[in-house]
Amino acid sequence: MIRRRHVLAGGLAIPFVAKGQTKARVVVVGGGFGGATAARFLRQYDPTLDVTLLEPNHTFIACPFSNMVVAGERELAAQRFGYDAVRSDGINLVRAIAMSVDPAARTVSASNGASLSYDRLIVSPGIDIVWGGLPGYDEAAASKMPHAWKAGEQTLLLRQQLREMPDGGVVVMSVPPNPYRCPPGPYERASLIAWYLKTHKPKSKILVLDAKDVFSKQKLFQNAWKRLYPDTLEWVSLSDGGNVTRVDPATRTFETDFGSHPADVGIVVPPQRAGAIAATAGVADRSGWCPIDPVTFESRLVPGIHVIGDAAIAGAMPKSAFAANAQGKVCAAAVAALLRGEKPQEPRLINTCYSLAAPDYGFSVAGVYRPVNGVLTDIEGAGGTSPLDAPDSQRMQEAQYGDRWFATITAEVFG
Amino acid sequence: MRVEAGLGLVMLLAAAAPPPGASSCSGCHGSASPIAGHDAKQMTEALIAFRSGAQPSTVMGRIAKGFDADELGAISAWWAAQK
Repeated sequence: MIRRRHVLAGGLAIPFVAKGQTKARVVVVGGGFGGATAARFLRQYDPTLDVTLLEPNHTFIACPFSNMVVAGERELAAQRFGYDAVRSDGINLVRAIAMSVDPAARTVSASNGASLSYDRLIVSPGIDIVWGGLPGYDEAAASKMPHAWKAGEQTLLLRQQLREMPDGGVVVMSVPPNPYRCPPGPYERASLIAWYLKTHKPKSKILVLDAKDVFSKQKLFQNAWKRLYPDTLEWVSLSDGGNVTRVDPATRTFETDFGSHPADVGIVVPPQRAGAIAATAGVADRSGWCPIDPVTFESRLVPGIHVIGDAAIAGAMPKSAFAANAQGKVCAAAVAALLRGEKPQEPRLINTCYSLAAPDYGFSVAGVYRPVNGVLTDIEGAGGTSPLDAPDSQRMQEAQYGDRWFATITAEVFG
Repeated sequence: MRVEAGLGLVMLLAAAAPPPGASSCSGCHGSASPIAGHDAKQMTEALIAFRSGAQPSTVMGRIAKGFDADELGAISAWWAAQK
């Protein structure tokens, strides 16, 4: 019996049925917390699948805890992970950049000249920085005013600039409006830099200029700041004139509608969008991010292409490493089901994120999500943040749990 | 007969797709011990205790509140069957 494979609009697939040697093929673009997870779990859920992972870097450098590297409390080596285990899972690892996608032909063109055919494509490209989105902040500016919003060289550059800053210097950091990768990240960074300054350069200050009035884990951070860094850290909300309209990299100056803030060390958390391949493949909308189906993570714009991780518009789920990993597993299960001609299960997803206000002072946010009217939505009564009045022992415990989370998740994805 | 049926069920569960929510657990707990292979009844009771607050926790209470007892039972049964 011969069955032909068709894909209908909306992504419903009649099963791919292996004839002789042919296997269903899935290509995954991006080998980070989302893509490497998806690739490995595709193989776990269906060992008959032919899985290719397209990832240009030989080493993955993790962002979570990179703020500790910035603060001098951790080495970058602790953030580096290789792809040996990914290859050992029988995944075809292609070290190249995805350049374009032909959704009709179902092929991905790679920078090494390869044309990769797929039955289903999972795109997990992370973020790209919108150069010039903040006037004055072009690519060249990043060597004067680091973003360090992609870990690696930028992380070390920022650490170096802080080390070289004399005592009494001023660090200024700008924070964009939502959405961006890692909602509490800027505030953890501000906290750990404040901790570094208080410890090593006590005459110094850090000023945070925010395009927002409200942020993730806000009361927890602000209570910690009041207690730990009353003379070191100042946060300026949007309403108080914190919105940065322009930067001048030559002088490290941040301009707002109300004045100018020159910095000895200037950090820009920049405007960002889904990684470039998303727009090229047609799965990003005008916002620069990718709308998806909450059950399968299939693109709402292009059938047959799924988007996970930071690049996706995932409703109430934040752009976090934990979320990318959770989505990678759910998407892999859904794609495996679709390729077998089965209806994917309605998922539940969890996110848990730890933040540090100081090296031994941690707290968390958690969420449980389900699809409601086509959008991943918080389950009422579940989730939330650590209590405001938790004792120091609990802050220390959560800092340790965060450490253990990092070890566990990186072992699952890369180990 | 009952032992064989029980083993059969475990094998089915081990091979089955994870029930809703279960795949997210390994993000913090990993895919080996202590949750893989843990006694299903004990895990269900623990999750229900986290959910009610009878057992204090940092994050587990907030997470367990996202599921009803049946869902927590299904998650526990699935993890119990993983090796």
